[in-house]
Amino acid sequence: MSSRERILGRVRRALADVPADEGPYEEAVPRDYLREHGQRTTEETVELLAENLVDYRAVVHRCDAEELPLLVMRLLAERGSQEVLVPPGLPPEWLSAADPVRVHDRVADTARRLDRVDSVVTGCAVAIAETGTIVLDGSPDQGRRRISLVPDHHICVVRVPDQVVSSVPQALERLDPTRPLTWISGPSATSDIELDRVEGVHGPRTLEVILLG
Amino acid sequence: MTGTYLGMPAFPKAAHDAVHNPVLRGNLRHATHTIRAKRAKAVGELPDWAALREAGRRIKDHTLRHLDHYLVQLEESVTAAGGTVHWAADAEEANRIVARLVKETGESEVVKVKSMATQEIGLNEALEAEGIRAYETDLAELIVQLGKDRPSHILVPAIHRNRGEIRDIFRTEMGEWGRPAPEGLTDTPAELAEAARLHLREKFLRAKVGVSGANFMVAETGTLVVVESEGNGRMCLTLPETLISVVGIEKVVPTWRDLEVFLQTLPRSSTAERMNPYTSMWTGTTDGDGPRAFHLVLLDNGRTDTLADQVGRQALRCIRCSACLNVCPVYERAGGHAYGSVYPGPIGAILSPQLRGTASEIDASLPYASSLCGACYEVCPVAIDIPEVLVHLRERVVEGGPAVRQGNTVVLQPAKGHAAERAAMRAARWAFTHPGALRTGQRLASRTRRLHPRALPGPGRAWSGTRDLPAVPPEPFRDWWQRTRGGKDGAK
Repeated sequence: MSSRERILGRVRRALADVPADEGPYEEAVPRDYLREHGQRTTEETVELLAENLVDYRAVVHRCDAEELPLLVMRLLAERGSQEVLVPPGLPPEWLSAADPVRVHDRVADTARRLDRVDSVVTGCAVAIAETGTIVLDGSPDQGRRRISLVPDHHICVVRVPDQVVSSVPQALERLDPTRPLTWISGPSATSDIELDRVEGVHGPRTLEVILLG
Repeated sequence: MTGTYLGMPAFPKAAHDAVHNPVLRGNLRHATHTIRAKRAKAVGELPDWAALREAGRRIKDHTLRHLDHYLVQLEESVTAAGGTVHWAADAEEANRIVARLVKETGESEVVKVKSMATQEIGLNEALEAEGIRAYETDLAELIVQLGKDRPSHILVPAIHRNRGEIRDIFRTEMGEWGRPAPEGLTDTPAELAEAARLHLREKFLRAKVGVSGANFMVAETGTLVVVESEGNGRMCLTLPETLISVVGIEKVVPTWRDLEVFLQTLPRSSTAERMNPYTSMWTGTTDGDGPRAFHLVLLDNGRTDTLADQVGRQALRCIRCSACLNVCPVYERAGGHAYGSVYPGPIGAILSPQLRGTASEIDASLPYASSLCGACYEVCPVAIDIPEVLVHLRERVVEGGPAVRQGNTVVLQPAKGHAAERAAMRAARWAFTHPGALRTGQRLASRTRRLHPRALPGPGRAWSGTRDLPAVPPEPFRDWWQRTRGGKDGAK
């Protein structure tokens, strides 16, 4: 007997007390929790996103499409970045004013190569106001998961209000589970020393979020 | 579980030593009190917490009651998405599968995401025996690995260490494992985190094989979820060419939508955050992004035995948040090591004796490692009634009876150490059903109260060694009631 058969057999014997006609999943789980917490206007939802991002030590900027290239240039310059990683489908105008050398992520590039790049600029799939979370799904303006991981400085552009939802349930509705997803809430952090939160371990230690609207 | 814990003393002995360690008590008190207040605040932000908790309980219960169905569905989804599913009936089989998969890649080292399941099966030791080095990359796991120590908390395995101790471990041990700690390292948490970043960076960048667990597996989509803070999880899940995830069979949930419950309750319960810094979700493999090969090892190792117990199976709802540890007055004083298992605290006290059985001294003592105060049940985000299971397991230890071990029904013998307790209970039953004898006995006890010893003699010594004997009143209650008509006439 294979272990698969052995385990499934044990499970079935263990559940001998469960009636065969027990109600279906849809009836078993009450969904009377809230779809979102509190009533807000669109503007207030974006404001809450900004507040919660800042609360977990992300740096938040706001600008319109016209101001964006100059803002990105300034953020990269302040950081002193020599090289910036560019996802394949990043709108070219976002970096049109930036000075650093563009590094395009190629499959053949090693993680060590990416480790020498100072910054990365990406878009996002959705942002969650209640938790201060941005979610990347590997779309062309976000690239492979590793490019927003290895560089120490991540600039993420969120289109507001289109990409902003209030809550976790609303975000899951918008996301495609077949894509690799990365949920980011502030820069890398740890609570492992005396259960106290410290920012800055392995992921980007500086997360800058630009609310573009 | 792992051999590391074989021969552990029973909980009372281990706890007795721990409570006399002032540094350990100080560290634990500081950490658990910090997180308690924060958790209460994070939970208080959600007015529908009770409804989320109930939904979480129901999702998990429904899944467990149809576990065979959801495991088969999960296997199909993961396979369809490009993953390979393996089944491991016990720790030894899981370790063998992982070692074989690593060897097939030709590699001799792996980077690991913090995982309770791989701790439980002693994977690192098993890989070491096969010539494969496993590097822990979670900060707390790194502290434990470098310090040749054992984990003492589900979320923060090095909770028993303070910053000064961590600095000393980094200074003396990091060089043995790779890049040494920076010169002049101080004990500020930010510097310690920086030292870990530098030490592990080279390992992440060259790693070809990653090993992880998972917080959730979604049956309908085949998606696995890892919730973390530091980014070490993302490194291990995306940079290597091969990813091997070892996950307990109880981690499956039916649908994608179910995550909307647990992604709200887990972070707030464990680190008291609205959301943890990083959550990774992956479904099989993706062309040109992340590992090219993905293996899922589904682990039983006592879970189906636990499932067979109609009262005890609720322990399998656990999402490993560790809120129950942080509020437990016993854990706060005894620390995690006294529980003799990778699962310490209240949840460990009901999980370990079910996963491993109650044959060993430590496992038979764990159901007693509680004052039954119920704080653990109160904070549990999936409403596991830990006190109920504790009492149920105490009964099993004392009375014996049928249980399932490795898929077979066995009849457990009553534990030997409890013979005196059973005799005392028999005597009590007799006395309470013979009122005359009870009255005579009570009067005799009252009259001789000055002669009573402060501790019980003989087999009762163990009982009174950790408790005060109840004071016997000068007059039995019934006599007082009859004499004073219940105190109505003002008489004393």
